[in-house]
Amino acid sequence: MAGRVRSFPDVLLSVENISLSFGGVKALTDISFDIAKGEVRAIIGPNGAGKSSMLNCINGFYHPQQGAITYKGVRRSQMKPHEAAEQGIARTFQNIALFRGMSTLDNIMTGRNLRMKTGLFWQALHIGPAQREEIENRKAVERIIDFLEIQHIRKAPVGQLPYGLQKRVELGRALAAEPELLLLDEPMAGMNIEEKQDMCRFILDVNDEFGTTICLIEHDMGVVMDISDRVVVLDYGRKIGDGVPDEVRNNEAVVAAYLGVSH
Amino acid sequence: MLGAFLETLIGGLLTGVLYSLVALGFVLIFKASGVFNFAQGAMVLFAALTIARLSGEIDGKEVHLANFVVAAAILGVAVAFIGWYAWREYVARGAGPDERRKMQMLAVVGALVGGLAAYSYGKGAWPLWLAIAATAAIMGLLAYAIERLVLRHLVNQEGIILFMATLGIANFLDGFGQTLWGSDIYKINLGLPKDPLFLFEGVFPGGLLVDPGELVAAAIAAGLVVVLAIFFQKTRVGRALRAVADDHAAAQSVGIPLNTIWLIVWTVSGLVALAAGLIWGAKLGVQFSISLIALKALPVLILGGFTSVPGAIVGGLIIGAGEKLSEVFLAPILVKQFDLAGGGIENWFAYMLALVFLLFRPQGLFGERIIERV
Repeated sequence: MAGRVRSFPDVLLSVENISLSFGGVKALTDISFDIAKGEVRAIIGPNGAGKSSMLNCINGFYHPQQGAITYKGVRRSQMKPHEAAEQGIARTFQNIALFRGMSTLDNIMTGRNLRMKTGLFWQALHIGPAQREEIENRKAVERIIDFLEIQHIRKAPVGQLPYGLQKRVELGRALAAEPELLLLDEPMAGMNIEEKQDMCRFILDVNDEFGTTICLIEHDMGVVMDISDRVVVLDYGRKIGDGVPDEVRNNEAVVAAYLGVSH
Repeated sequence: MLGAFLETLIGGLLTGVLYSLVALGFVLIFKASGVFNFAQGAMVLFAALTIARLSGEIDGKEVHLANFVVAAAILGVAVAFIGWYAWREYVARGAGPDERRKMQMLAVVGALVGGLAAYSYGKGAWPLWLAIAATAAIMGLLAYAIERLVLRHLVNQEGIILFMATLGIANFLDGFGQTLWGSDIYKINLGLPKDPLFLFEGVFPGGLLVDPGELVAAAIAAGLVVVLAIFFQKTRVGRALRAVADDHAAAQSVGIPLNTIWLIVWTVSGLVALAAGLIWGAKLGVQFSISLIALKALPVLILGGFTSVPGAIVGGLIIGAGEKLSEVFLAPILVKQFDLAGGGIENWFAYMLALVFLLFRPQGLFGERIIERV
């Protein structure tokens, strides 16, 4: 089965010669690749390859020692996580990072943080513009809840939800920001087949309907090859492959990294 | 008998509201940063001292002009800073290099405002409203200084380290307050009615005696509590505060800047300290022992739960009422039965209650359930 073949003329984000190390440990070495506007871009690689570190560099949690990232035409050597969010980058986490004390609704509402602008004063009074804004944003959140089919857990505290649903709420929170670039760190880890299929459907729908560019890390090769437009492969912090799924599948270095080679 | 009981209960509840107010300051900071802020009591004292000295209610003691100059300077900087911050946040997010010039300009304007204020009142006292406004600005500036100089450097450190830092802040504030304002006992005059009220005279012989000053204080505290509860539960900033408390990384990823949130929390708890200092100061006089009220807030927090705004309120009420009732009704029984020397129950009752709660319900009445997953 071949990946979807589509063409994407515009580059949204390009990573240029990124190197990141923690003390003596080199997490990433001289990585370059780009993400085109509107595509589904996967980052794969064995455990410890530096995939999550790569995402953390893109959204500003880590600041690479070398290299730069050009996003929407602006070249930066580093930015802060909340600046990344302001620039339209949203993400989910490998180990779910939800606000455990809050309900599903509040979690997703928090995702709309940047869409809400009224000043502290009105908020403290909770009248006038603050109330209007709250209602408008609540509508947007309800659309996301419908879209992700989680109406039944709207008021439930997220800490008590099953794993698969927590992942879905986390996706909802990221979508609430109406991002241009959505980073998903292992969105399907620990899910059963049915949950994975649901999640794939949501990811593709987000990409199709809202035109959101998606960059995801995933271990399930079947899923990756099915839903991605292009795949970049990391191993020990280095890039060993980059291209459409079929190219990557037949790349010797990639096969070797995953299966080992006989010497 | 019922009349006496109700009278004690009401008196206790009114004191309890004031305990709640102090406890609230703790809860706010604990909710948003997981830090037990030992400096809350010192902040109450500092705020009370500042108001007392600025509004000049001093028994026969001369007011130092230097106090006013210092206060005006701080006030000026505070006004300038708040103006600049508001401008940056809401008018020109991330405007860049000319921020510095704007800030300098605002600092000059602020200093002028402060200087004028100081000059126009000379050696006299400021009216209470101005003293309160100035103190509010100073508390805001203090919050900024704490965030900038202390907390920012301790991101991702253990809770105990942050706690130790707040101990340091507490000691600094205690001393700094005295350096600035002196260590005498001052009074704050809120102009509250002093004559006791007698309620329900038809129902109980002699009626129920209630201190109207305490009533007003309780009403102020209750209003503050309601506003804060709504603020935390219903607004964007409130949600952001809770988000930061739950997960730093996730909060940043949805575009919540940690530093701004901490600044807001410390400012709000500074304002709560201001309210508490104002009321306690009017009640007991402004003296060092006010900072020890923080210790009374501890059992309130254990009862109500460290993370719960309603918990702080209910906890305060229970402690306040329990203290007074035990002193009036339990003490005589103990004295009689066990041939003890006297009461003093008021002093340890709250802590005893807290101990019982720690044994049987460590999360408090309203705190989040403590669930350990293995």
